[in-house]
Formats: sequence, structure tokens, C-alpha cells
Amino acid sequence: MTRTRRFTLLGFASGLAMLAAFSASAQAFITVASTTSTENSGLFGHILPIFQADTGVEVRVVSQGTGQALETGRRGDADVVFVHARAQEEAFVAEGYGVQRFDVMYNDFVIVGPGDDPAGVRATDTAAAAMTAIAGAPASFASRGDDSGTHSAEKALWAAAGIEPAGEWYLSTGSGMGATLNTAAQVPAYALTDRGTWLSFQNRGPLEIVSEGDPVLFNPYGIILVNPERHGHVKAEQGQAFIDWILSDAGQQAIASFTVGGEQLFFPSAQ
Amino acid sequence: MDGPFTTALGLILAADPALMQIIGLSLRVTLTAVLVACAIGLPLGAALALARFPGRGAVIVLFNALMGLPPVVAGLIVYLMLSRSGPLGDLALLFTPEAMILAQTVLILPIVVSLTRSVVADIWDEYREHLQSLGASRLRAVPTLLWDGRVSLLTGVLAGFGRASAEVGAVLIVGGNIAGHTRTMTTAITLETSRGNLGLAVALGIILLSLTLTLNAVAWGAGQWARGRLG
Repeated sequence: MTRTRRFTLLGFASGLAMLAAFSASAQAFITVASTTSTENSGLFGHILPIFQADTGVEVRVVSQGTGQALETGRRGDADVVFVHARAQEEAFVAEGYGVQRFDVMYNDFVIVGPGDDPAGVRATDTAAAAMTAIAGAPASFASRGDDSGTHSAEKALWAAAGIEPAGEWYLSTGSGMGATLNTAAQVPAYALTDRGTWLSFQNRGPLEIVSEGDPVLFNPYGIILVNPERHGHVKAEQGQAFIDWILSDAGQQAIASFTVGGEQLFFPSAQ
Repeated sequence: MDGPFTTALGLILAADPALMQIIGLSLRVTLTAVLVACAIGLPLGAALALARFPGRGAVIVLFNALMGLPPVVAGLIVYLMLSRSGPLGDLALLFTPEAMILAQTVLILPIVVSLTRSVVADIWDEYREHLQSLGASRLRAVPTLLWDGRVSLLTGVLAGFGRASAEVGAVLIVGGNIAGHTRTMTTAITLETSRGNLGLAVALGIILLSLTLTLNAVAWGAGQWARGRLG
């Protein structure tokens, strides 16, 4: 038995060593923790090949909710984070996990809901009034409930309307934007979504945009290099090269040239 | 709009390179995990069937219970181990296919160990006197017992393959679903579902099921052939 156990341990250890050797031989790449909105809309599929052709550096994108993406950066499992929740991003930098936050681009949020609009949201002219109408009507609202950037924006809207959302009408899906829209389409329920995900989303069912254009629905994206002083293995040089590129004219033009169905989804905003 | 079957057929016939890469990676990850789990689990399960030591019952119960380990928990444990802030962070394995192999091995191993233990214990009970009269010690009898139980063991191995190829929770967490790098059939299905591309998601599901069906048919055919030939 002891011999078997020793062999098992030996096999396990040598297996791990082999795995490590495998991955060490990989080509130059950086890992970027980003959000589902950038990945699901197809933005990365459009801009990353341009960056790789320019620099030869491969970008591996792990797309998560903003909360999870920042946690991935905090643990040192990404070189760059590219997310949209300014307050959380500033905290990330202030805590010393990130070097500096840069504005990259923005898109906006829209409120979608069933086309027959039982809450009369179309008649409202601000996002806060729209939320008040939804809460006061016999209608459901599907929330991300996952600490993502979109969820943070939604909570800010409820706060602005002075409402504590709770009850059977408030569906916290605890999942990504697409999954939440799938739920909203089935119930049907109102939901807050970024315009990019909405435009590329295929399973809309009865959902339509019912409120848009309020300046509070502005959705800025920031990019941050994970602090190499905190995590020594961070590929600071290549990560910074990616950030420099995305803030450069070339990168900003790549973002502006990405369209879905003829509509531009993201608007460059680098200073 | 085309039905999912038409979409699936179109994808296969077009031999879309991205799809082929995803299928190749899925098979590579899962089959490697099955191999590693067998290399560890078959001898371990047999040893557990034959050896007598204090706490043996507890180990058996533990492996039986771990067959029900939720994939997402297995993924989380491997994630915390491999994360840069974890004990094995220096190996730089998080978000690689190797991390996914490790997570799936953790999932399959209890199945292989438990089924091997059960199969080998039954055969040992049956042939114990015969094997001992031939002078075989418990340890020496292991290869014979495993060989005799090969048909039953194959079922266990296929169950392990099925669990690994069908799961999404673990590979999503430790692999990160990175396009062209760690995207598998199941994580691609999750992604397409979240993009509202339900037709494409179902088409990918049909392809995955067809692969599993083919592999099981081959394994069953091989079992029948071996039985007919070797008696």
C-alpha cells in the first residue's frame, strides 16, 4: 500500500511538473480580465487581431462580471483588467492592486422591457422615473445580481429613484447579461442592459428598448495594469504595451470601427 | 431561421476551423483527464479493495461521496490552488488547458477509484482461493483482477468520460473560456446561450452528443469484440 501511495504521489508530482513545462514554452501573451459585455458583443474579436498583427503579442481574454474580473486582477491572475464600474475601479487602484486607471471608451445602458410596456415606462423621461414606474406597476424586473458593472449601475438607478427593490417582482438572476436577458424575455420582465450586448443579442422575444438617452445611463470603460509591485509575475511591459495601444489613435480607431448591424457600439474616449 | 439540426450539420460539413479547434481541445482535455484518472485510480481502487488498514472504511466512504462532488466546487478548489495567490501559483497554470485537465481529473478520479474497488472486491471474493492456491499474493493478483474485470471497469471509465465531457462548471472557472485557447464545447454552449444564439448553442450540443455517442459505440463494440474473441 505504501508503495502504491508513493507511486501515486510521484506520478502526481511529475504530472504537475510536465504541465508546468508545457505552459512555460508558450508564446508571448498577456491575460486580460474583462467583462461579458465586451466579449459577448464581439468587440474583442474585432480589435485583438489588429493588436496582435501590430505587436505579435497574443491577448487572452477571460470575460467575467466586473466584480469577478477585478477579483481576478487582485489575485494576480490577470495582467490587465478592462471593466466598467468606475467606483470599483478607483478602489482597485487605491488599494494598490492597480497602477492607474485610464478612460478607454463608453457605451450606454438602455432599459428594455415587454413591447406592450405594462409599466408605462415609455411615457417617462428620466431613468429614475422609469425605475419608479416599474416598481409601482404589476411588472417584473430581472436584475443581474452579480456585482457586475451593469448591476452597480442598476443599483445606482434604484438609489436615485429612492427605491429598495425587493419582492416577488424583483428577479435577481445572479448571472451574466445574456442569461439575464434570456430570463427577461421569458417572464417577460424589464431589465437594464448595456447597448452593446442588447444589439448583438439574438433571443429578444417580446423585449424592446423602452427607455434610453438619460445621461446617467452613460457607461464608461476603464483599463488598468495590475500592479507589478504587488504581483511580481505580472507582464508589465506587454500589458502596458496593450494599454498604450488601446489608448493610441490606432486602438481608438479600431474601437470606433466596430459595428453590429451598421450601428457603432463603443465610442472612444481616451484623453 | 434554420433549425439547430441544419445548423449543426452545416457547421460539421463546413469543417469550421474554430469549431474543429474547440472539438479538438475538448477531446484532448477530457481524454487526457480520463487517462490520468485511470493511471491513478485503477491501481488505487484495486489496492483499496485488497488492502486492510485502519480507516479503510472512511477512505471508501470518502471516495464514494466525492463521486457527487459538484463540478463547480472542484473547479473552485483547483482555481484557488492554481491562482497566483494560491499555493501552486508559481506553476502559472491557471487559464490553461492543463488546469482544465487537472480539474476534470479531480472529478473523474473518485468514479474510477470507487468502481474499481467495487469490481475488484467482487472478483477477489470469487477467485480468492483459486488465486491464493496459485501462490499469488494480494498485490501480485492486482493485474489479473483488473484484467478480469475489464468489461465492468470500462463502464466506469465511460461514466468518468461522460461526467468530464458534459461538465461546464469546473472548466469555465479554471480555463476562463478564452477564445482559441481554453474554449471547449460546453463553455462555448454556455457562451452562445448567454449571447442569445440559442440555435447555435443547441447545434453545438448536438455535435457534443454525437461525439459522446460515437465514443461509447466504439467502446461497446470493442468490448463485444474482446468478449467474443477472448471468451
